[in-house]
Amino acid sequence: MKVTIDGIEIDVPKGTTILQAARMIGPEVAPPAMCYYSKLKTTGGYCRTCIVKVTQGSTANPNPMPKPVASCRTEVMDGMVVENYTNNDVLEARKGVVEFLLINHPLDCPVCDQAGECKLQDLGYENGSAKTRYEFKRREYEMIDIGDKIKLHMNRCILCYRCVKTAEQITDGRVHGVIHRGDAAEISTYIEKVIDNDFSGNVIDVCPVGALTDRTFRFKQRVWFTKPVDAHRNCDKCSGKTRVWLKGEEVVRVTARKDQWDEVEEFICNSCRYDHKKTSDWVIEGPSPIHRSSVISQNHYQNLNELKVNILKQQKALGFIPFDKKP
Amino acid sequence: MGRKLLIQNDKVPGIETLAVYKAHGGYASVEKALKSMTPDQVTEEVKKSGLRGRGGAGFPTGMKWSFLAKPEGVPRYLVCNADESEPGTFKDRYLMEKIPHALIEGMITSSYALGANQSYIYIRGEYFYVSRILETAIAEAYAAGLLGKNILGTNYSLELSVQVGGGAYICGEETALLESLEGKRGNPRIKPPFPAVAGLWGCPTVVNNVETIAAVCPIVMMGGEEYAKIGIGKSTGTKLISASGHINKPGVYEIELGVPVEEFIYSEEYCGGIRNGKKLKAVVAGGSSVPILPTELILKTAKGEPRLMTYESLADGGFQTGTMLGSGGFIVMDEDTSIVKNLFTFSRFYHHESCGQCSPCREGTGWMEKILKKFLNGTANESDVDLLWDIQSKIEGKTICPLGEAAAWPVAAAIRHFKHEFIEIAKNKKFVDISHYERLNKIRV
Repeated sequence: MKVTIDGIEIDVPKGTTILQAARMIGPEVAPPAMCYYSKLKTTGGYCRTCIVKVTQGSTANPNPMPKPVASCRTEVMDGMVVENYTNNDVLEARKGVVEFLLINHPLDCPVCDQAGECKLQDLGYENGSAKTRYEFKRREYEMIDIGDKIKLHMNRCILCYRCVKTAEQITDGRVHGVIHRGDAAEISTYIEKVIDNDFSGNVIDVCPVGALTDRTFRFKQRVWFTKPVDAHRNCDKCSGKTRVWLKGEEVVRVTARKDQWDEVEEFICNSCRYDHKKTSDWVIEGPSPIHRSSVISQNHYQNLNELKVNILKQQKALGFIPFDKKP
Repeated sequence: MGRKLLIQNDKVPGIETLAVYKAHGGYASVEKALKSMTPDQVTEEVKKSGLRGRGGAGFPTGMKWSFLAKPEGVPRYLVCNADESEPGTFKDRYLMEKIPHALIEGMITSSYALGANQSYIYIRGEYFYVSRILETAIAEAYAAGLLGKNILGTNYSLELSVQVGGGAYICGEETALLESLEGKRGNPRIKPPFPAVAGLWGCPTVVNNVETIAAVCPIVMMGGEEYAKIGIGKSTGTKLISASGHINKPGVYEIELGVPVEEFIYSEEYCGGIRNGKKLKAVVAGGSSVPILPTELILKTAKGEPRLMTYESLADGGFQTGTMLGSGGFIVMDEDTSIVKNLFTFSRFYHHESCGQCSPCREGTGWMEKILKKFLNGTANESDVDLLWDIQSKIEGKTICPLGEAAAWPVAAAIRHFKHEFIEIAKNKKFVDISHYERLNKIRV
C-alpha cells in the first residue's frame, strides 16, 4: 500500500496505521504521540496530539476525510495522502491539544523526577506556546503511594491510559484503573490498594510524564547527571536485559531499554528493577544509545532544532507556510 | 391538523396495557411482518420510507440497517437507545411512559428485520420509573406470546431485556452505550470498527433511537412509499418535538416534518405563542448542543425563505446562519433571557458530562465553563470572548466522540449571534445573580 505523508511516499503492508507509516519514514514526518504505545494493544486515540489531516482517503475514494484523524488509530489505505507538518489546521489543532494538556499540569518540572525524559516537556517545547492563557486554579490531588515502590502524582497525569493498559496486558490481575469522569477522572488503585505483582514496575516506564515515579529513585539524582548503560543479568522472570543508570560506581536506578520512540523494548520484572542495585549484579554491555527524546542525549536541543530544520525544509519544498510564520 | 402516527392514542385510558393497545390496532405490524414478509422486505420498506435516525444525527435508518454485517453463526443485536439525555429533549420518555407497547412492537419488528434474537433497551438511570413501565409491558408481551420462543407460532424467537444505565449523558453515544451495556465504564470506543461490524460483545449491532424504532411500526403497516409521502424531500414522516421554554403550551408534539417554525411556535395547535405576551428572542431547535438561532434567523433562512421543521431547512445556511433538527428538543427563549447565563448552564452540563477520555474535551469543557462563570460574576474582560471562541474551535472536530462538538457548538453559536451581550457584560462588569449555580456546585461535590 502506498501512502504519502508530507509529500514523502512509502510502501507499507496492509494494516499499518498512519503513525507507524510516518515513523517508518522518520522523525521529520512522524507526529508526536503521548498515549499511543506500539508495545501495548488498544492504546492510542485519547491524547489527540497525533492528529493529522487526510487530504485523500485512497485511490479508490479520493475524498478527503472531513475531520482530522488520530493517526495512531487510523489504518492507511492505498493511495492515501496525509498532511502532518504541512497542514496548518493540524499544527493549530496540535497547539491547542498541547495547551489543553498543560492547563491543569502543575509545571513543577524543577522538582519533578521525570524532567529530562518527559514527553510533555518535549511536546511543549516543540508545539506549545511560551505563555499560558489559563488563569484559574489548577487541579490538585493528594499524592498516592502505590505500594512501597511506586508514587502516583495525579497532578501531573495526562490520562493517557498507558499504565492502565500495561496493568491490563502485562501484569496479571489488574487492580488499578480510571475512576470518576471528565476533568475529575483519575488513575486510582481503588483506595490505594497495592499493585502487587512481578511486572507492576513497568507502569513507571510507560508513563510519559512524572505521574508515576520510582520511589527507590525519587529525588536521588537528576537524570542528566546519570550515565545510562545497557546491562543484563540472568533472570528467571524476564529477559534480564535492562538499562542501568549509573552515578559514578553507584547504580541509582534500573529501567527497561527504550527505543527511538521512547517505548520500552522489553518489559522487565520488579526484581531486576528494584532489587539489584549493585554494579556487581549486572554484566555491563556498554553505553546506551540515547535518542532525541531525552535531554541527556548530547545536544538535545540542537537535535530538536535539527529536526525542526528538516521539517522546515520539507515544508519549503512543498511551498507550505505555517500559520505562525505567515506575514 | 397534522397526521399522527406515533402518539395518536396517547390520551386513551389504559393504553399502557396490552389489551387496550391491541384494541387500538397494536401489534398489527408484528403480525404483518412475521407472517407475510421476509426480513429483507421489512428492511426494504424502511429504506423506501426514507426514515432518518430520530436521535439527533438524522442518518437514514434503512441504510444503517443494510450496513449490518451478517457473518454466519455470529449473533446480531438490536439495541434501543433510550438514554435520552440531551437537555431539552423528553420525547422518548413521553412515548415510553404513555405507550410502552409502541416501542416493544417496534423492537420486535425491527429485530425481525435485522435477524436479531436478543435485543436490549438501554434506558437512562433517571428514567428508572419508565423502566418499570417497560418491564411490565414486556412481561405482558411475553405472556401473550409476542416475545420469547416462536412468536405468534412462527419460527422467529426474540428475547428482549431492559438495562438501566447509571445516568450519564455520554452513554447516549452509541459506542459508550455498548460499553456500558457490557458492564464496563461508559467510555466511547474509537471508531472504526463501527457497531455495524463489531458492536455489542464484538458482534454486529444496530443502535437506534426509541422514536426511530417506534416509527418502524407505521412504516410496515402503511408501506414505505406511503410513509415517504408525509413530509418534504428527504425529511419524511412525522417527528416528535419536545417543546420547552417560554411558551404557552410546553409539551411533546408530533408534527409532520415540514411545518413552518413560525407556525409551530405561534399556532394554538402546537406551542401557542410566547408566554406572557413577550417577544421571541432565540430558539435552540434540536436539543442543547445544536446552535442557537436568533428570531430573525429561526423564522426565516438567510435567503428570506420561511424556515420549516425539516432536517434540510433547519440546516440551511450551515452553522453560519442555520442550525440542526437534532433530537427535536425545541427550547424557546423570550426577550428577557440572558444568552450568556443560558450558555453557562449548557457549558456546565457538558463539563459535568465529559467522560474524560480525550484531552480537548476533558480540559476544554471545564475551561469554557470557568470563563463563562467569569461573565456571570462580572469579572470577565472583552478578550475572554475571543478566548472562548478559540477554545471551542480547538475542541470541535478533534475529539473521539461527538460530545466535544456538542460542547463547542452552543458556545460558537452564542458568540456568533449574540456577541454584543458578552461584550456588554464584559464592559459594564454587570453582576448576574449566580447563587443558584453555587448551590448546585456544592451538591455536585
